[in-house]
Amino acid sequence: MSDVAVIGAGVAGLAVATELVAGGAKVDVYDPAGPPGPHGCSWWAGGMLAPWCEFENAEEPVLRLGQKAIEWWASKTEITRKGTLVVASARDLPDLRRFARRTEAYYEVAREDIAQLEPDLSRFGKGLHFEQEAHLDPRKALQDLYRGLVDNKVTFHRQLAPPRLPLSVDCRGLHARDTLHDLRGVKGEMLIIRCPDVILTRPIRLLHPRMPLYIVPRGDGIYMLGATMIESEDSSRITARSMLELLSAAYALNPAFGEAEVLEIGVDLRPAFADNLPRIRRLGRTVYANGLYRHGYLLAPALAQGVADLVLENKYSEMVDEDRA
Amino acid sequence: MRTFYGTELANPLMLGTAQYPSPAILEQAFRESGAAVATVSLRREGGAGQTFWQMIQDLGVNILPNTAGCHTVKETVTTAHMAREVFDTRWIKLELIGHTDSLQPDVFQLVEAARILTEDGFQVFPYTTDDLVVGEHLLEAGCEVLMPWGAPIGSGRGLNNEYALRAMRSEFPDTPLVVDAGIGRPSHAAHAMELGYDAVLLNTAVARAGEPPMMAKAMALAVEAGRLAFEADPIEARDMAEASTPVIGKAFLS
Repeated sequence: MSDVAVIGAGVAGLAVATELVAGGAKVDVYDPAGPPGPHGCSWWAGGMLAPWCEFENAEEPVLRLGQKAIEWWASKTEITRKGTLVVASARDLPDLRRFARRTEAYYEVAREDIAQLEPDLSRFGKGLHFEQEAHLDPRKALQDLYRGLVDNKVTFHRQLAPPRLPLSVDCRGLHARDTLHDLRGVKGEMLIIRCPDVILTRPIRLLHPRMPLYIVPRGDGIYMLGATMIESEDSSRITARSMLELLSAAYALNPAFGEAEVLEIGVDLRPAFADNLPRIRRLGRTVYANGLYRHGYLLAPALAQGVADLVLENKYSEMVDEDRA
Repeated sequence: MRTFYGTELANPLMLGTAQYPSPAILEQAFRESGAAVATVSLRREGGAGQTFWQMIQDLGVNILPNTAGCHTVKETVTTAHMAREVFDTRWIKLELIGHTDSLQPDVFQLVEAARILTEDGFQVFPYTTDDLVVGEHLLEAGCEVLMPWGAPIGSGRGLNNEYALRAMRSEFPDTPLVVDAGIGRPSHAAHAMELGYDAVLLNTAVARAGEPPMMAKAMALAVEAGRLAFEADPIEARDMAEASTPVIGKAFLS
């Protein structure tokens, strides 16, 4: 069976390695930064498995391929299946109607239903419940993939991949733009806050005219609050304005968030191609798997499957856009 | 035809470049509509948006950088200078917001910023209200284009005050006028052109439509229809029917 080197230990690299191992390959993973951690942008993700909601502003493959991700992750890590609740402030109700028109697989909820689903959101009178959606804790998910690979005799090398490997899969995200010149970075900013006073049990999206604003429960009163989308490639720090917008969204959901502690601030760049959809590209002996954009956890399983199909069976999935082997 | 600082536009549609599902869809929207001007923001990107800006430049249309997100003269002037460096153009869409909820321009600071930038050699496209006196001050400050709002940015309400927009057109017969902001549907865009406006600038109506390229095309057809209608000198509305064939001579006893 073939030996494959996977370069990069973020969500893409780990998912690819997992699928390659499942297909019988012997896999080595190279990442000079070591096992999954804050150096990778998937560390900062929301961890929503929300293909129906994402379809509001994404293309069809996100909806179709993303649905398969829920079962894939359920077999690898702990996921919570409580759906997503989408709400809007009274002045943004036209946005809620638009969101409903652009999506499917939800039911409309009124004040009583919202009070039942999430008693701490009682100030909202209208919303949409996307029942089939799920969420996970991205850091735990990365850890679980990592352990699963180690258990399957995958070696992690804390170093750059050696040159002239017979076969490698490059999952370096934005670092791969040294070769993939059509990759760009899209800045995202997020916060992790602790607020035991507010109890939310599922991801909540608050419709906002400029960004998909959401809050994802991580347990123990900890919440992830995300995420801006800025066409900028400077990931050095969060801006005051972004922080204000994120925190005022939380405050709008429930003013008790005003007392939250800010635990972490995350800023990173999402690797994206022009259509914001992922790609698999074979150039010589390297297969590039990249461009997960804001859909790291949602589309990594399909991307990984596509890589395994190409590498192990020479089968072309829809994500393969170039083959110059 | 009125020109924009000497540039004649092949198509009176100006499109913003924010909020599209992806740069690829943005590009399709420009291709489908033939829009001749792309507005681009720089303030929030903070100098690190080169890859995206290059994509906008590759559209091959006139670039109109804007100062969206600015609230003071100082910020606006700094952003304009950055825009001139990044896009190598003297054009600047001056957007200076004075009110958070309506995003209404602060017209007092606007006039001041327009004067400073014109003196610096910029060709200023001011986003303003439909106030005639403000328009006069902007022209006096050196602007050769005025861009009154139709309605608040992103509201999609169309032309809130048709009377004021008509008044502007007749008050400034030689100045290129653009309805900027508030357009939600092609009928709004056609309406603006029927009033004799020279162009329409919009973003949200296309970017947030279910099918942005299709809506962009609809807008392009609408501005074309509106312009032709204006040039064709439409009939006046009247209270009673005016039969297009005379009734006299008909066998009205039958």
